[in-house]
Amino acid sequence: MTVKTAEDRLHDVAIIGGGVVGCAMFRACVLAGARTVLLEKGGDLLEGASKANSAILHTGFDATPDTLEVTCMQRGYALYRDICENMNLSVMKTGAMVAAWSADDIACFPAIMDKAARNGVPVKQLDAQQARLREPALSKDVRGAVLVEEEHLIDPWSAPLAYARQAVENGGTHLCRARVESGVREGNVWRLDVAGKPAVRARVVINCAGNHGDLVEAIARPSPFTITPRKGQFVVFDKTASDLFRTIILPVPTALTKGVVVTRTVFGNVLVGPTAEPQTEREFPTVEHDALEKLREAAFRIIPALRDHDVTTAYAGLRPATQFSDYQIEALPTDGWITVGGIRSTGLTGALGIAEHVVGLYRAHFADPSPLANVVVPSMPNLVEERPRPWMQPERGPIVCHCERVTEHEIEAALTDRVLPAGTLGGLRRRTRCMMGRCQGFYCTRRVMELAQSHLPGLVSPTGKGRSDV
Amino acid sequence: MYEALIVGAGPAGLNAARVLRKNGVKNIAVLERTGDAGGLPRYCGHTGFGMMDFRRVWRGPRYARALVESVGETPILTDTIVTGIEPGGIVHVATERGLESWQARTVLLATGTRETPRGPRLVSGTRPWGVTTTGAFQEMVMKGLTPFRRPVIIGSELVSFSALMTARHGGVQPVAMIEENARITAQRPADVLARMIYGTPVLLDTRLVAIRGGEKVEGVEIEQNGTRRVLDCDGVVFTGHFVPDAILARLSGIPLDAGTHGPMIDSTFRTLDPNVFAAGNVLRAVEHSGMAAREGQSAADMMLRALAGRLPDAGRAIPVTCGEGVNSVWPQRVYAAEHGRVVLHVSVECAGQDMLRLSCDDGRIVAERRVRSLFRHRLELPVAASLFAGVATLRLDLV
Repeated sequence: MTVKTAEDRLHDVAIIGGGVVGCAMFRACVLAGARTVLLEKGGDLLEGASKANSAILHTGFDATPDTLEVTCMQRGYALYRDICENMNLSVMKTGAMVAAWSADDIACFPAIMDKAARNGVPVKQLDAQQARLREPALSKDVRGAVLVEEEHLIDPWSAPLAYARQAVENGGTHLCRARVESGVREGNVWRLDVAGKPAVRARVVINCAGNHGDLVEAIARPSPFTITPRKGQFVVFDKTASDLFRTIILPVPTALTKGVVVTRTVFGNVLVGPTAEPQTEREFPTVEHDALEKLREAAFRIIPALRDHDVTTAYAGLRPATQFSDYQIEALPTDGWITVGGIRSTGLTGALGIAEHVVGLYRAHFADPSPLANVVVPSMPNLVEERPRPWMQPERGPIVCHCERVTEHEIEAALTDRVLPAGTLGGLRRRTRCMMGRCQGFYCTRRVMELAQSHLPGLVSPTGKGRSDV
Repeated sequence: MYEALIVGAGPAGLNAARVLRKNGVKNIAVLERTGDAGGLPRYCGHTGFGMMDFRRVWRGPRYARALVESVGETPILTDTIVTGIEPGGIVHVATERGLESWQARTVLLATGTRETPRGPRLVSGTRPWGVTTTGAFQEMVMKGLTPFRRPVIIGSELVSFSALMTARHGGVQPVAMIEENARITAQRPADVLARMIYGTPVLLDTRLVAIRGGEKVEGVEIEQNGTRRVLDCDGVVFTGHFVPDAILARLSGIPLDAGTHGPMIDSTFRTLDPNVFAAGNVLRAVEHSGMAAREGQSAADMMLRALAGRLPDAGRAIPVTCGEGVNSVWPQRVYAAEHGRVVLHVSVECAGQDMLRLSCDDGRIVAERRVRSLFRHRLELPVAASLFAGVATLRLDLV
């Protein structure tokens, strides 16, 4: 068999966008038997909306019933739980509580419980005492809660990386730094022009471009939706706070003041956020001091003991919101195009369900290949605190990042990986957690740079000839 | 069973090891989580080290080497990570052999200090590459690497000027040093020298508003006297705001002090775990390396007494609390004794002419000292230990 490059090969499917939805789509298409290429404009996968979220695997209890969103979420939730163990992906059962802080909040409970029932998710109402019995760190001001036992936390990066990895290990092709600038339909084949690279040809294009979804959609047609990215800022507390509580604390959605989510992460931090701010910036969201202060104060009101814990960092994410509340998923049979747009914050949960749904559309409208036999199942490195990590093992070699206890071997493995090597510093951090701890790189930046410099050019350069000290 | 396990091979830990060894303590080891010993001075390329303990003026790496040499045959176990300490001197260690539990009669926490990075400062703006701390920057320059050419330096502590020297050493030209207050934190005329020698202006009364840039830093928005403008630069160095690196103590359940953020200790350098001592910058941030080394020596003297069973009963300790105008004090517990004196290290609010007063529970004044706290945020209050006789609690106030 001769090795062909992505460029001269005709693909069955080209996926535009390597976020969590694109990665799940990549996996589903490859496993369905389609020759698939994934095109990502960033230097690595997960560089856009998917790099920042709240890392919750949702039951969909509070989603609008009878929508494509809740269908995909619940299917994605089930699929994730099916595949996670084989791929060594984490899933941490925490449950969630929608906490009430006022009589108005309590008044919303019947509607929340009714919605959960319509979505088929078991929930239970707790009075204030029961809520604090479950989570003693909750503020005494809590008036009651709706408990959703089946909410989980996951590693938001290892999961999509596992999807993409499985796609590549089973024959899929992925290209990073591959921004699709335009496309033309030549007969029944799309020719996608990629900045700085040869054109890519495919019979069907799947637009999973997230915050750029409407711009990419314009290649096929005037976009029926407009993306107005919704910014969510988050504050991350130190891992010393991880033992304070376990249950995800959610706000009552209709409260007058915008509530925030307080949740642990599988890595052991505590996360507070998000804000929800519509804006036009699509790539580089800003954090704002005042908003972060407010988030921190809000967290203190919910879990007062957080006051004794340091903030590790803050970040902002952009969610691809459109003027529509539901997902925008549509096949255009005569155009060889499938639109997957407006996948907002529920994308991490919904991704596998969305991908399955879209493969269904693909089979119905375009081609019906035989599913792949003898599927390779990759096993992901564990980054989760609750399970053994490499630093605990004999012969572990030097540890580079002491806050997150990341070994040199882990960093080298992520940089030199033959399937999906880290393509950016962010990608390296997402794969290993180096530089993500409480010192934020005070101790490990130098060593990480020494290891990364030949793989990730442009981060550091040799020092110049300086003046000697005085 | 170890006589002493020392956690951290920086100036405090190594000097403690030297003293213990010199006094005939045999079974000692220094545990260092990185690959080589010497602590933060390893990466300080500028001069000024060793004056207090070696009567020499060295650059950081030379000083670090002298510290390592001074411990002689005492094993320094590098790449060895202490993950927790339990009562009874049980020390959990991650080694190349896996996870192990060791036992020691005395343990010294000498885990040092680090700067506050961007995260906890809640700085506005985008999050591009090129934002770092002095420590990380100096380590990179020491290895011949730099992430930027024209950074801004945030802060004007001593370490901020150290960052400036490192920058120039590595052919990096900082575009400005930014200080929120009306005067620099370090002693003058550092700012004049910065401008004259390095060509870097020090902007006072200037606040960092936001960091700008996509993949990399492209500038910072600053506010000076109510006017905002953008300063072009390709990096940001957050300097200073040192915090004790007391996470091991915290995770081990050894109580920390709300004022110093380091472990609470008594005047024998003992934490509230009677097997565990603490010295150096983990006690409070930040003093220079010579001071940390000296505290390592003092703590080692107390560990020698502990090994000989000659330390006062911790149950007799008298707590010292902070009252008006006093941010922190260490040690936080003292003992009455016939001889000797205790030095209280006090950090006070900025308040002009004041009197620092130590009084006991019945209001009796034990010691006083006039302070010009406008210029000295930290001061020492030496008190004869005999004055603590019969006292239940002590309190410090600025009056």
